[in-house]
Amino acid sequence: MNEVDAAIAWPDEIYGVLKDMDVSQVCYVPDAGHKILIERSIADNQMTTVRLTTEEEGVAMLAGSWLGGAKGALLMQSSGVGNCINMVGINQECRIPLLMLVTMRGEWGEFNPWQTTMGQGTQDALESVGVIVHRLDDATQTADTIRAAARQAFLSYRPVAVLIGQRMIGYKEFAK
Amino acid sequence: MTDKQATLDRRDVVSRILAGREDALVITGLGSATWDTAAAGDNPLNFYLWGGMGGAAVMGLGLALAQPDRRVLVITGDGEMMMGLGTLATIAVAAPSNLAVMVIDNERYGETGMQEGHTGAGVDLGGMAAAAGWRKTTIAWTEEEVNALAPILFKEPGPIFATVKVNRDPVPLVLPARDGTAIRARFRAALLGEKAAE
Repeated sequence: MNEVDAAIAWPDEIYGVLKDMDVSQVCYVPDAGHKILIERSIADNQMTTVRLTTEEEGVAMLAGSWLGGAKGALLMQSSGVGNCINMVGINQECRIPLLMLVTMRGEWGEFNPWQTTMGQGTQDALESVGVIVHRLDDATQTADTIRAAARQAFLSYRPVAVLIGQRMIGYKEFAK
Repeated sequence: MTDKQATLDRRDVVSRILAGREDALVITGLGSATWDTAAAGDNPLNFYLWGGMGGAAVMGLGLALAQPDRRVLVITGDGEMMMGLGTLATIAVAAPSNLAVMVIDNERYGETGMQEGHTGAGVDLGGMAAAAGWRKTTIAWTEEEVNALAPILFKEPGPIFATVKVNRDPVPLVLPARDGTAIRARFRAALLGEKAAE
């Protein structure tokens, strides 16, 4: 896949990997970067898609899903990562997998300064509680990165996050 | 905030309810609800939370969605539930028919010095669940109401939100296993059998 195609198709690539990894539950707090993936999950009758009011609900919910034998993925924006920190203790103390797909704000060409604090602190915050972090900044690497993260989460029983760079998503432009 | 007196004993309530569990899956919210459930008798299909405050009910949601043919009961306290108020909306929208949540409400934060909680000042958790759209909400103040609760929690279509008002008498500390890996491995083996290793 060339770079132009990859830049358009990466949400579909993620969806394909999630299906291939038997992910059957998707929960989310919306982000524009996850729009297509959320829509594809909702349209998929084989997937259970749950909307959350705040991101840490997804951490706890997917721990319950995995106890019940189902694999899930938590979709969110970087601004929600801080909400999750205490809840990740469930995953760490119980060795329960967690796959977090985080679309980044507050980095590449950010327009809204209020996104910068959490965006710049996202990786450190996750790593401070032992979440394994992968960066995804090149759309041609999407499938490999998501697959590696999902494998490590589900096969090694660890919380793993993929930070999807703002460079991949593009600037958020506000109407002038 | 109310003229009614909470006289129910929390240990007696949890024991009575769990006597009717059959093969139900149970998740307990951290603190007193975990101790109450352990005191009622250990069971491999109990998942005891020692942390993750605010996450018990929505953890029950994930489990209920993954196991649609099994009944899931979350037992938690009023403070733990208060920290996860948003989950009342999340669960209402997801609408799992096999999930019930029972809040053991002593209107206090029992693990930290019995400080009064929000329900002690009149906040109505069941009312919030009803407003969010839970299929059924109910409250128990008496033994008769507790006895009527078990068949509701384990048989009626959910999501069901039950509040049980209990007294504040001290109870003996009964602690279950606290090694999370052991709790989850045992739970998964009992529920999933050989598939637990996948």
